[in-house]
Order: sequence, then C-alpha cells, then structure tokens
Amino acid sequence: MEFKNLKLSKKTTFIVWVVIIAFVIAAPEILPVFRLNLLGRYLSLAIVALGVDLIWGFTGLLSLGQGIFFALGGYCAAMYLQITSSSEFPNNIPEFFGLYGVDNLPFFWEPFRSPIFSLFAIWVIPALVAGMLGFLVFRNRIKGVYFSILTQASLLVFFNFFNGQQKLINGTNGLKTDVTQLFGQMVGSESMQRLFFWVTSILVIAAWFFAKWVVKGRFGNILIGIRDDEPRVRFTGYNPVIFKTIIFSIAGGLAGISGALYTVQSGIVSPQFMTVPFSIEMVIWVAVGGRGTLLGAILGAVFINYAKSLVSEALPASWMFIQGGLFILVVTALPEGVLGWIQGDGPRNLLQRFGLKRKIETYPSLEVNNKEGNNE
Amino acid sequence: MAIGSVLLVAALGLAIVFGLMGVINLAHGELMMLGAYTTYVTQLIFKLPLLKPYYDAYVIVSIFLAFIVSGIVGILLEKTVIRKLYGSPLETLLATWGVSLILQQFVRSVPLAYGTGLVISLIIGLFLPATFPLKIKESINFKYFKFSSWIFAALTGVLTGNLISSSVSKLSRASARNVDVTAPAWMRGQVEILGTAFPKTRLMIIIITLISVIAITLFLNQSAWGMRIRAVTQNREMSDCLGISTEKVDVLTFGIGSGLAGVAGVAVSLLGSVGPNVGGNYIVGCFMVVVLGGVGNLLGTVFASFGIGIMTDLIGAGRLLSIWPDMPLPLSNTINFFATTSMARVMIFALIVIFLQFKPTGLFPQKGRMVES
Repeated sequence: MEFKNLKLSKKTTFIVWVVIIAFVIAAPEILPVFRLNLLGRYLSLAIVALGVDLIWGFTGLLSLGQGIFFALGGYCAAMYLQITSSSEFPNNIPEFFGLYGVDNLPFFWEPFRSPIFSLFAIWVIPALVAGMLGFLVFRNRIKGVYFSILTQASLLVFFNFFNGQQKLINGTNGLKTDVTQLFGQMVGSESMQRLFFWVTSILVIAAWFFAKWVVKGRFGNILIGIRDDEPRVRFTGYNPVIFKTIIFSIAGGLAGISGALYTVQSGIVSPQFMTVPFSIEMVIWVAVGGRGTLLGAILGAVFINYAKSLVSEALPASWMFIQGGLFILVVTALPEGVLGWIQGDGPRNLLQRFGLKRKIETYPSLEVNNKEGNNE
Repeated sequence: MAIGSVLLVAALGLAIVFGLMGVINLAHGELMMLGAYTTYVTQLIFKLPLLKPYYDAYVIVSIFLAFIVSGIVGILLEKTVIRKLYGSPLETLLATWGVSLILQQFVRSVPLAYGTGLVISLIIGLFLPATFPLKIKESINFKYFKFSSWIFAALTGVLTGNLISSSVSKLSRASARNVDVTAPAWMRGQVEILGTAFPKTRLMIIIITLISVIAITLFLNQSAWGMRIRAVTQNREMSDCLGISTEKVDVLTFGIGSGLAGVAGVAVSLLGSVGPNVGGNYIVGCFMVVVLGGVGNLLGTVFASFGIGIMTDLIGAGRLLSIWPDMPLPLSNTINFFATTSMARVMIFALIVIFLQFKPTGLFPQKGRMVES
C-alpha cells in the first residue's frame, strides 16, 4: 500500500487549483444559503477526516474516539462566543448558568474571556488531551484493536461526563452559538456564515498542506514504518511511543479546529458530537475516500456527507441501509477506498475483466508477497 | 448483579468470537437486540388461542429460539462478510458496524411478522440440505436439490409471515417504538434469600447466565468440536494440517457466539423495554469486559463482568455511603458526585483505563513469547 500521488502535469495542477479557488470565492453567490452552510459544515468535517487519515491511514491507529477532540474544540469555540456576548445577562455570565443557579463563571472558563486564548485553546486543548491519552495508551504498547476499543470507551466517558454536567457546560442541551455575537454581528447571520465558509475553505487547504508536510520526509516514513511493522521500527532504534503520541495529538488538534468550525456553522455544540456512531462515521469517510491518500479523506468527508443529506431528504429511512451497505462494500471490495482504487490497479483490472485491455503478466508470487506484507 | 449477568452472557459470546477468532463484532449488540425481539415475538405468538395454555413457558422456549435466530444471523454474517476479512480485525470492525446499522434499520422499517418469516426461511434453507439422505448429497444434482429447498424455504417464510401478520395485528406494522416484554405470572414478584428480597426476573437472569456459562465451559472443554475450536484458536495452520476443517470451526464458533448474544437478548428483554437501539447500550460494556478479563479467557470474562456489574451498582447507587457512613467529607462528596448512572459509567471506564495501565493484557493474560502481543 504505497502512497502514490496522482501524477498530474504542472499545467493541470495549476488549472485544478484555479478552479478550486474560483469555486470557493464564487460559491456564496451560486449556492443558496442553506446549501452553502451545509457545504461549509462538510468542509470543516474534512479537516477532522484529515486527522483520522493521518493516524489511521499513515500510522495504522484506528481511533474511534475522534469525537472527543472534535467536541472539545467545539465547546471551546462556543464558550468563547457565549462569554463575549453575555454582557446583557446577570453577573456577566452566559444565560444558561442562571438556570442552574450558578452565579460565578467556573474558574476554568475564566481565560476564555480573551479571544487570543480561545483561538489557541480551540486546537491546543484537544491536542493536549489527545497527547495525554495517547501517551498513556501507547506507553503500554496497547495497539490495534485494543486501542480502538479503548478510544471508544474514553469517548463514552467524555460523552457521559459532558451529558451529565449541567452546571458547567449545560449538559445535554449543549451550547448555542447562532444567537451569539462576534464583531458586533450575529454569528448565525448570513454574512457571518459566508465569512465562516471562506475561513473553512482556507483552513481545509491549509490543513491539507500541513498534513502533506507531516507525512513527507523522514517523519512520515517512520509513521508508515509503524503502520507496517512496529516491532521492527522499535528494534531499529526509534521509539514509536513518541511518534505515535505526536501524530495522535496532531490529529486531535485538527479535530479541535474542525469541531470549532462545525460548531459555528451548525449553530450548536452538544454532547451529540461525542456519540459513538459519529466517530465511526469519521473513519468511514476516510475508508471510502481512500486511506493513506489525504485527498481521499477530504473528498470522502464532503461527498459522503453531501450524499447523506440528499438521501435523507428524499428517503429518510434508507440512509442507514445505504451507509451500512457502503461500509461492507468498501471493506470487502475496495479496501483501499475509491481514490486508492483509482490510483492503484483498479480501473485497469476492471477494463481487463470486460476484455477491453490486455492482461499484464506478472509473477504470482510477487503479488502474494505484497498482500502478506499488508496484513498487519 | 443482574446487569453483571447480562453483561456476562453477552460478553461470553463476544469473548468466544473475539478471543477465539480475533474478530471484532460490533454487530454483537444488534444480535442481542434480535434475541430480545425474538422473545417479544414468541410472547405474542404464545398469546394466540392455540398456544394459550402454554403461555407461561414462553420464556423458556424463547431462550432456545433466540439462540437459534441470532446464531443463524451470525452464521450468515460469517459466511458472507467476515469470512473474507480474517486476519484484519480493523476491517471486520468497520464491516460489522455496517451490518449493525443495517440490522437496526431493518428492525425499524420491516414489520416484525415478515422479519420472522424471513428468519424462518433462512433456517429452513440452511438446514434442509443437511438433512437430505446421503444418496442425494453425493449425487451430481445436489445443487438443484439445494436450490429447490431454498425455494421451499422462501415459500414457507412468506406463508408464515402472512399467517403471523394476519393473526397478530401488533406485528404486522413496522415501528421504531420500543416494545415491552411482560414476564409470565410465575416470574413476577420477589423471593427472599438471606433476608434480602430479589425480584424473580433477576434471579431468572442469573440462572440463565449460570446455565449458559456451564454449558459453554463443558462444550469447549469436553466435546470433540470444543476441542477442535480450541485447537484452531491456538494454532490455525497446524490444526488445518491435522485435518480439522477450520472453515466449519469458524462457522460453528461464530454461530455459538452469536447465539449467546441472542440469549443475552432474552435477559435484556426481561430487564426493560426493547428498542432498535438496545444493543448499543451494551456493546461497549461487553468489550470492556472482554478486554479487562483478558482475551481468549472465559474465567477472566466471568470475573470482569461481575466486577463491572457490582461496581456499577456500588458507585451508581451511592451504596458506598450506606456501607461506610462516616467516611471523611471530601471522599463522600466525590462519591456523591459520581452517584448517578451516567457518572458511574464515567468512573468505571476511567478505572478500567487506569487498570489497563498496570496490566495491559487484562486480568488473566495468555502467556506467550510473541513480539506482537
């Protein structure tokens, strides 16, 4: 499962970029507000998918708990917005505190009065939490399936905790952002949403370049080494714990940014972001798009979500069937995802099957060996 | 205790599938749900005039039915999806999640009567060929016989589906609402044991649990197939070389594991109402039990599930305070903070994560000298 880039000439690359940028600038004019908002949300989900791809596609850690970091980022953003626009409420604190008889802002929300701190908190806090969690888990060489189950369990821990704490974070109801103010404007207003769309698009592109930079070079090679044969990496003298922790916290930070952007565009953050299905969905976007291909993660997140909203509008009951079928199909038939399939031998094999292209003769043993190497 | 025993039956099935086969089955919770719905359907069918006199026995019948239904669905799952994915647990995880979504939605949008018909036709279709005399099995035309038995099975399924939906109106419409299973008269009320009152349903659940644990242990340790299963667990290639059909063993193991999920489903239906989402509440707990107990170890599963069940009760209901009334104030405040069901789960999972820091391979780890644990 080598990481291959689509081989495009410089000219095509340039044209593709021009088209993308033109679309991003023009999108608010073409699309109705509702669709634009949806697109913006899905683009922000692409960022978390990038993080999942980094840890799963490149390092081989299947985390089912990305929802934790996603929601943490969302809560940081929402709390900042709530606090800045709370001046008309008693005690200068957000309205919901009054409902539960809390008079003073809990001390850990105090720093969120400052915009700069909040801007950092959105990605630093999830990254720190991820780093800590990751370090504890990786230090004990818990990996593979156990890692997945543990992350899922910690997701439940966080979910139950956030669900139960009315006095600190408004519990099940979550924090609303669409009626709060930023720069003297309603966050839910049309012009702000347009701004958020642009910010999201820029950040998706930035995150993509960042992820490309991370997996390039020696650091990326070690990550792939960990994925393919961790004991060997350890015996070669590297300490996989550090690398895994770093990449896990990077993914956490990306999830945090994504969560914040998603929150401001959907208008609410609630413990629903931490449910088990949502976190598994993130993995599915990457799996469908093609793990180990960063572009696949982005495209997977955007297209699957768009399909989801379209299908749910038309036939509400059938989305679960389609989603379930998609899982099974991708896992059994396209283990490298759609993009991986295109980049690999997929199209050629398909053409061969219909007799449109001649078979390429290879040594069967070579293929068999390749497959065995990927089983880890 | 009852929560612990439900967890135990469910986790037992999971421990077999996960520990012995290395397959992560996220659809396990949905197999439990199928078991619970089987109980519901059996209950309604037993209310029909023909079977009315035997109504009290429906729980016993439904245990076996649930085992068969979930087992069949499990076998089907193994044959179609999981077979292709051995050796890559992460992929199975995703595929079985997909299966669980489909099963959930299936229960929501297909009337239960037709679901029953479908399951019946599956059972007949899978087992009828096995009952043919040897002469037919060896003949060249066996596949035609097989095919015709499938047609027969489908017809029976449709007919029973229609029959049930016409006779039991509750089952003829699809609904996503939760349904309730009412325990028969002899299971209501309480029993006094050692001065404390136990509800009879919970005792029943504990008895079911004990029986299934004993049965499984006996099966794995005494029977020929149990030995084969253990052999395949320990060394798949070697057992294959020695003439054990690993394929059959896989199907059997998965079937038994899923069947146990069905039995757990019966227990769940006795505890509370049954809905399409009932499986999701248990699945993570089950995995924690299996991980905590040590993979591939039934004794560890038993200890871990009872441990988790009792701890949930102690912390969630604030029992520690009543046992030890005059503990220091900060400690009692902490305990009060965690004395709700959801916070108890937070606490339990946190404790498990901390515990795994010290013993990453669970309570009773398998010994070995592998680089990869």
